[in-house]
Amino acid sequence: MSSRADQLQAFLDRTPFARFIGMEFEADGDTLIARLPFQDKFIGNRAINALHGGATGAFLELTAVAQVYLQSDLQRPPKPINLTIDYLRSAKGEDLYARAIVDKLGRRMASVRAEAWQGDDPDKIVTALQAHFLVAEDG
Amino acid sequence: MSEEKQRQDMMLKLMQQNARRIMSTVPWAQALGFELTGIEKGRAFAKVGWREDLVGDPDTGVIYGGVLTALLDNLSGVCINTALNKPMSMATLDLRIDYMRPADKGRDILAEAECYHVTRNVAFTHAWAYHESRDKVIATAAGTFALNDISRWASGNEAMDIANKVLGGEK
Repeated sequence: MSSRADQLQAFLDRTPFARFIGMEFEADGDTLIARLPFQDKFIGNRAINALHGGATGAFLELTAVAQVYLQSDLQRPPKPINLTIDYLRSAKGEDLYARAIVDKLGRRMASVRAEAWQGDDPDKIVTALQAHFLVAEDG
Repeated sequence: MSEEKQRQDMMLKLMQQNARRIMSTVPWAQALGFELTGIEKGRAFAKVGWREDLVGDPDTGVIYGGVLTALLDNLSGVCINTALNKPMSMATLDLRIDYMRPADKGRDILAEAECYHVTRNVAFTHAWAYHESRDKVIATAAGTFALNDISRWASGNEAMDIANKVLGGEK
C-alpha cells in the first residue's frame, strides 16, 4: 500500500488548480514543507515586483489542505469553511515556502494554521493563514 | 460643493474612464481570467468564468476556493480605488473569507465589493461572490487594506497612475 505522502502527491497531481500553480512538497513523516516555484503570473504589483495576495493566499490554503490530508486518513480533500489571511510583509517575486500546523483535528472540523516565507529564514513570515475545514466524509 | 467632494468625484471619474486598466495590468488577475464589469463610488463588480484548470476538487469540478479568495481580495482593492479622494497605493493587511457553498461546475462567478470606511491609513471592505444574486452567496469577505503614499510605493495599477498624473500636484 502506498504511503500517505504518495497519496497526497497523487491527489495534487490530479487536482487541476494544484497543477495550475505548480505546488510541490516534501514530507518527512507527518510534517510537510510546501514550495511554490515562482511564475510571472503570480505577480500582483509589477511596479514593486510583489506577489499577488491572492496567489500567496491560495498557496497557503492548499498547504493547509495538504497538511490535513497528510496526517489524516481522509479519502476526500477537506473543505474550507473560513479562513483569515494576515499579510505581514510584501512577498517578492521569487519562490515561496510554507508549512502548516493542525491545531485540532476532530471528527467534523479541523483548525489549521499555516505560514509562508521566502529565502532561508522560515521565521521571517511574509503571510500567515488561519483556517477551519470540514473534514466529515459525509459533509 | 466642498473641495473634498470635488476631489472624490474627480477620482471616481478618472477611475471609471480608465476602468479597463485597473485589473488588466495585474498578472494574477489576468491568469485567473478576472473581468472587471463595473465600478461606482466605493463599489466594484467583477466576473470570473469557470475553467477546467481552476478546479480544486477533480471529483466534483468545483472551482478551487483560493480562486474566490483572489477574486474577492482583488476586487476589494479595486473598490477602494473609487472611495479615495486622492491617488494612493494599497496593500492587503488582512482578509477573512467565509465559504457558504461550493460554486456550481460550469457557471460564471459574479462578485461585488464595497469599501464602507476609509481612514488616513486603512480602508475597510466587504465583498460577496455568487452566481446570480447576493441572496445565494458562495463566499463573503471582510478585508482591511493599508493605504500607502503613492509617491513612495508604486501602485502597480495603471488607472491609479493615470489619476496620479492628473491629480498628483494636488494636496
